[in-house]
Amino acid sequence: MRGMWAFIHKLGSPPWFFGFSGTLVRWLLPVTVLLLAVGAYWGLLVAPPDFRQGNSYRIIYIHVPAAVVALAGYYVMAIAGAISLIWRIKMADVAMRAAAPVGAVLTAVALVTGAIWGKPTWGAWWVWDARITSMLILLFLYLGVVALFEAYENKTAAAKACAVLTLVGTVNIPIIYKSVDWWYSLHQPASLKFTGESAIDASMLYPLLVMIGAFYLLFAMSMLLNMRAELLWQHRNAHWLRQRLDVS
Amino acid sequence: MLLLSAADVSIERGERRLLQGVDLSVASGQVWQVLGANGVGKSSLLRALAGLARFGVEGSIARFEPLLYLAHAPAIKGALSPLENLRCHPACDITSSPAQIALALEAVQLGGFEHQPVGSLSAGQQRRVALARLLLTDARLWLLDEPFTALDGAGCDWLEECIRGHVSAGGAVIFTSHQPSRFSELQQDLDLGSYAVS
Amino acid sequence: MPSVDRPSLSLLAAFGRQFRRHGQALMASLTDVANPLLFFFMVVTLFPLGLGPDPLQLASMAPGILWVVALLASLMVSARMFASDFEDGSLEQMALASHPLSVLALGEVAAHWLATGCLLAVVSPVFAMMLGLPSQGLGVLVLSLLLGTLCLTLIGAVGSALTVSIRRGGLLLSLLIIPLNVPVLIFGTAAVTEAVMGRDPSTWLTLMGALAAGMLALAPLAVGAALRISLDS
Repeated sequence: MRGMWAFIHKLGSPPWFFGFSGTLVRWLLPVTVLLLAVGAYWGLLVAPPDFRQGNSYRIIYIHVPAAVVALAGYYVMAIAGAISLIWRIKMADVAMRAAAPVGAVLTAVALVTGAIWGKPTWGAWWVWDARITSMLILLFLYLGVVALFEAYENKTAAAKACAVLTLVGTVNIPIIYKSVDWWYSLHQPASLKFTGESAIDASMLYPLLVMIGAFYLLFAMSMLLNMRAELLWQHRNAHWLRQRLDVS
Repeated sequence: MLLLSAADVSIERGERRLLQGVDLSVASGQVWQVLGANGVGKSSLLRALAGLARFGVEGSIARFEPLLYLAHAPAIKGALSPLENLRCHPACDITSSPAQIALALEAVQLGGFEHQPVGSLSAGQQRRVALARLLLTDARLWLLDEPFTALDGAGCDWLEECIRGHVSAGGAVIFTSHQPSRFSELQQDLDLGSYAVS
Repeated sequence: MPSVDRPSLSLLAAFGRQFRRHGQALMASLTDVANPLLFFFMVVTLFPLGLGPDPLQLASMAPGILWVVALLASLMVSARMFASDFEDGSLEQMALASHPLSVLALGEVAAHWLATGCLLAVVSPVFAMMLGLPSQGLGVLVLSLLLGTLCLTLIGAVGSALTVSIRRGGLLLSLLIIPLNVPVLIFGTAAVTEAVMGRDPSTWLTLMGALAAGMLALAPLAVGAALRISLDS
């Protein structure tokens, strides 16, 4: 228990975190690249084609991981926001700020791949499907956090304001998702049905799981790199940083 | 009795550090005038002492609450009458009867204006409405940011009397002003020039 | 001077005083109250002009139109909810009061809702009839708008509190709160549509009520925290 607290305490110290994250990224990079390569090869070339959609379904190996991790990213942001508000740890502000653009990009990727997938499947680039609509709202939520942060001149206040906003968003996300589901089923568009969801074969599922894992690592790595960039900027005049980077 | 103690307070605004190492303890019966050039951080310090500013403020500040803080912005609604403004003032934690408020307005020479919208009064009169709060509070520590602004000679004299009365009754006042000292024998100065970070 | 012994203020009285102060300020400038109604009126006029005067088509779209316009009207007034308090220093004084800032802010939100959302709900049947909404939907429309504008106002208060210190925060405010308003829009439109179809709308009204209750409990906390941050930026 005490060890854990000591670890958390160390996470809050910029010099220690800068060193720790550097080592972490060095290990994460090859693992992420490897998983991405394996997942992509397996999913795009080895897995069998879908009996109805043929090869076009293979975009789920990008679409689904991006969507899953984008949603998880919002919760990462919310947890960082809660830590920032409750324990006033500055590193949590940095983490929240670092997660937002990564999550927004992943959401955008999920939307774009969804549209590309939609064209051969439904014959239209955009369909007001429940999950795509939820994704779009998630994108707005992300953009709101990024825009709010940019709008404040005082960046400490900006981080706290974003923390409040992400917490409000977190409470609302389940309600939003559920209400969009109900909205969709209420209007029951006749022929549109998502495949993918219903009983997916193991030969298609395993590469998907690999890709989801790879995207989680990709998210973590991008977030850490973002945090390091932010720390470099914030402490650009600090002694420890100059020492570490060997600049006099 | 100690009403406020601040130790090693530093204040940052944006990326810039304004003040460093400010120590201040204020006991009942004291009047402090905060001095310093424009932009040195007088208002920022007062806000920090009041507890309104936390980001960018380091050091320890202990204060006796409730306190009364009067800022540049008078917290007065132009659409409401002086009477209504004081009756529904957001910071007053005590209830004052209309008679007490009318008495306070009389004291700041606003008798007869009780029911007019504050927006139709002059700047000096609006200032007086805000200052009438000094008569309707039981706060012992007063933080006044430029209280003499926009007041005429008689108004300044009244405010001086009011502050003297408050202090002799066991209160304490910290105020900012560019005017020369008014409370010669009572007053202590906090010159922020010596804490400014160049 | 601290000479006269005066009773201190209860929490409820502090809430009431803030309600009264904000309400009086709103009443004094009638344009603030009339503007959202005029906005509602004018945007409702735009739809027949844009969609064509076919009564059947308008009637079928009326629940959605009315709810979207109500949402936009609420968005428009939310931007100013705490603006004058921020500018004239009232927010600072609220933050210094010994009562919780969230309760004082809730007093203002309540006054704001009465003057905007509640009023809009009450007069909405007029606009609904202009769009040819079948009369069996009118009661549910008013009820859903009463509950729904309460939600919209509370979410708007959070957004307004977060952006009050930002110059030209209006567009940002819509980005922040439109996504959060999605469930309100869905529940409201669904309730009115069900009622128009002659089905039981109570599921949707109950959901809306639950949403309003939850927000009434949680939103003030967020508003209080956000206002303190805004004061300190």
